[in-house]
Amino acid sequence: MNLLGRLDWSAIPFDQPIIMGASGGVVLVIVLILSWVTLKGYVPYLWREWITSVDHKRIGIMYIILALIMLLRGFADAIMMRAQQAVAAGGAQGYLPPEHFDQIFSAHGTIMIFFMAMPFVIGMMNFVVPLQLGVRDMAFPTLNSIALGLTASGILLVNISLAVGEFAKTGWVAYPPLSELQYSPGVGVDYYLWSLQISGVGTLMTGINFVATILKTRAPGMSYMRMPVFCWTSLAANLLIVAAFPVLTATLAMLLLDRYLGFHFFTTDGQGNAMMYVNLFWVWGHPEVYILVLPAFGIFSEVVSTFSGKPLFGYRSMVAATMSICVLSFFVWLHHFFTMGAGANVNGFFGVMTMIIAVPTGVKVFNWLFTMYGGRIRFTVPILWSIGFMVTFVIGGMTGVLMAVPPADFQLHNSLFLIAHFHNVIIGGTVFGLMAGYNYWFPKAFGFKLDERWGRASFWCWLIGFYVAFMPLYALGLMGMTRRMQHYDVASWQPWLVAAAFGVVIILAGIVCQVIQLVVSIRNREQLKVAADPWNARTLEWATASPPPAWNFAVLPQVTDLDALWNKKQRERTQQAQPPKERKFEPIEMPKNSATGFIIAFFAVVSGFALIWHIWWMAGVGAIGIFLTMLAFAFRDEEEIEVPAEQIARFEQAYPVEIAV
Amino acid sequence: MRYGLLAVVLIGAAILGGCTEGVLDPKGPIAAADRQIMLNALGIMLAIVVPVIFATLGVAFWFRASNERARYRPNFAYSGRLEMLVWSIPAMTVFLVGGVAWVGSHDLSPRKPIASTVKPLRVQVASLDWKWLFIYPDEGVASVNYLAIPVGRPVSFELTSSGVMNSFFVPQLGSQIYTMAGMITHLHLQADHAGSYRGMSAQFSGEGFADMYFNVDAVAPEKFSEWVDTTHDVGAELNLTTYTELAKPSAAVAPFTYHAVAPGLFDSIMVSEMQSDDAMCRSYPTAMRAEK
Repeated sequence: MNLLGRLDWSAIPFDQPIIMGASGGVVLVIVLILSWVTLKGYVPYLWREWITSVDHKRIGIMYIILALIMLLRGFADAIMMRAQQAVAAGGAQGYLPPEHFDQIFSAHGTIMIFFMAMPFVIGMMNFVVPLQLGVRDMAFPTLNSIALGLTASGILLVNISLAVGEFAKTGWVAYPPLSELQYSPGVGVDYYLWSLQISGVGTLMTGINFVATILKTRAPGMSYMRMPVFCWTSLAANLLIVAAFPVLTATLAMLLLDRYLGFHFFTTDGQGNAMMYVNLFWVWGHPEVYILVLPAFGIFSEVVSTFSGKPLFGYRSMVAATMSICVLSFFVWLHHFFTMGAGANVNGFFGVMTMIIAVPTGVKVFNWLFTMYGGRIRFTVPILWSIGFMVTFVIGGMTGVLMAVPPADFQLHNSLFLIAHFHNVIIGGTVFGLMAGYNYWFPKAFGFKLDERWGRASFWCWLIGFYVAFMPLYALGLMGMTRRMQHYDVASWQPWLVAAAFGVVIILAGIVCQVIQLVVSIRNREQLKVAADPWNARTLEWATASPPPAWNFAVLPQVTDLDALWNKKQRERTQQAQPPKERKFEPIEMPKNSATGFIIAFFAVVSGFALIWHIWWMAGVGAIGIFLTMLAFAFRDEEEIEVPAEQIARFEQAYPVEIAV
Repeated sequence: MRYGLLAVVLIGAAILGGCTEGVLDPKGPIAAADRQIMLNALGIMLAIVVPVIFATLGVAFWFRASNERARYRPNFAYSGRLEMLVWSIPAMTVFLVGGVAWVGSHDLSPRKPIASTVKPLRVQVASLDWKWLFIYPDEGVASVNYLAIPVGRPVSFELTSSGVMNSFFVPQLGSQIYTMAGMITHLHLQADHAGSYRGMSAQFSGEGFADMYFNVDAVAPEKFSEWVDTTHDVGAELNLTTYTELAKPSAAVAPFTYHAVAPGLFDSIMVSEMQSDDAMCRSYPTAMRAEK
């Protein structure tokens, strides 16, 4: 028996200059960063304040950093695909052989959905939700840290596949039988499966944590109907996570059993049936798109209402719409495969259900419109993203409903029209929302605003780049071009693909502007410094210092209505100025830092890597390591530390909040 | 404002661009009906989407903070009438489009035969790695990566796959359908105009996927009979031996034909992946499985 399973030197593709160059570069950058951090002596600080931190704000920021790095990785894949398709017309094969191109589009989809959009959304919720609820941390702070660790493990495994072995060549949905051992004997699909299994467990933990936090730990007086809309959409998204992610885990587990233990769930022989995988995958997959977009809807609601200087129009409608999307999203999965040969009634039912989801979504768009109506709109970067979203998203929604008509889908399914549609809603919805949120809450996280000029430049590049990159794909879809083509024979497609490639370059300019924005803002942080409430906002996160102390609120806010901070400000303004009351502080119990998350993540990577390469002893070591770590955590003596009242008083003196709720 | 317009212009250009080929240039009744439904649904939705885009940009522009003439109403957060409107506009749109979807789903179900006085031509389709096999069971010929059909006569397809999933799609003739191992899907298409149309797989199936396209020649019925006759004279016979040879993975295969087809071959492709001790498969020839 081989001690290293299937792993040997041939796993590293030394003969592929593109892959070796890219992975060599990545390794070099990581080594440089690590040695810089070590030489500067930052390691103890990072360990103490970040890696072992269970503070929801720190964890949220780390999630977002991961997401931004993965955005660059996934975007590099996008550039390579667009470049390949721009040149590989007629007899030309382009510069990427199918072997490599197939891995790139699979990695692009997997990374962008699971390791860019998900951590970004979860990071945003992590940072914002407890602050908006007016509480000091998540319901289960250490669980939160473990969830982050497992997400990072999944990310690490996917990126190891770049240098060691290969990634899946099946597309990000990995439909069997193609993803079965018979047709994909390599380790690519195993990398895909194990990284999603590990990060999926983390995501499920996050979901449970948020549902518990939102349902059980709100500030005194914050009834459900006084919760900010972002908390509502986060609740909906996390209910979806709790309901949908176990389905994904079970589905991928069945595929793993097929591949590892010779089961026949989805194989072509032994009465396996691939249609079952396709159904189950999308039973998770459609709620997943709402997991991604509902929090973005929440961000837009906060941003539009803040910068219009008005309460959100039709708050109750918005809540109802959010929750109905949450429920309806489980009744539409079949629209991902109308072309599988189901009967007319089945297709018709799922088509109509899909359209019904468009009703609450349409309601939201109208409510944002009426929120702006009668407002006094300040055109900051976050609201630019929001307006860009409203215009872009209705186009994407329209093409989505179009494809919900079964006969139209018979012609558009799997075409570039579909690609254009879902990028239209995921970029135009989720990514624009996350960018709005990033610009909106950055001053809260770090105490200084992001540079407006570079922010605007990045927005315009993204918006224009998006249209130039994806409108041609709608046309190509109508012209009959299907997705995932390494090369194509129809010369008339090429000009459109060249245009799309040009669009990607414009988006790249947008990303460069964002990097510059961050650098410029850090350099000018003294001029950009802000107090607690830089946007004249409405909700509780702006009623504490920027950045907030570890305990968030020295005294928990007393909530008496929706838009608690705004109404308090209004009252203060109308009432006579009263002499500031002497504030009494009490010691606060805060959860203790824990290395549990980091250690479990380490063992998860060990286990995952071992399972991918069939190194059974090492997989056992990882599993035992995880178990012992959890045992050690369960038997801890001390779970909280006390922050003394003097320390809180000192902080409040140094960073006074004008209006405390 | 400009960019909303730009988007509309680009979509318009995209649709016009699509008119030269592909799904917006139908050559048969199914494709024409698919397109009509698509355009109907698009029209209904544009009637609401375009005003919303302009309203968004207009409201955002008019209520800018620097506009002195815009009235600031900081407490305008609820209006029962507007709520009513806000829910009923999307609901009514969806009611219309949903009707289109429901009726269309029934009218254009892939298994629904095309009403015609002419007896349909039967074609059995198998997707292999990475080429298409077309068997004409009544004519007793077969072809690879090439499909000849008579103009004006419905074609009744039965489709399966030798292994991985593919999707059989001829955009200018209409709907696509998956091909799956161990199963048969049904599709009915018809060409009304003579011509050569591009067909392909629309479901990624592995390394040779990009070359998995073929030509569909829609020819006059007499010409089609001629083609069948000449095909009878050339090429090998498609039987288990030649099929096993054909089924080996290969990409970018130049079209060729078989002069005869062994009976029951299509069924054996369909079940070839099943296990021999499987009760369902016992009635089918087992030689194929033995070869594997």
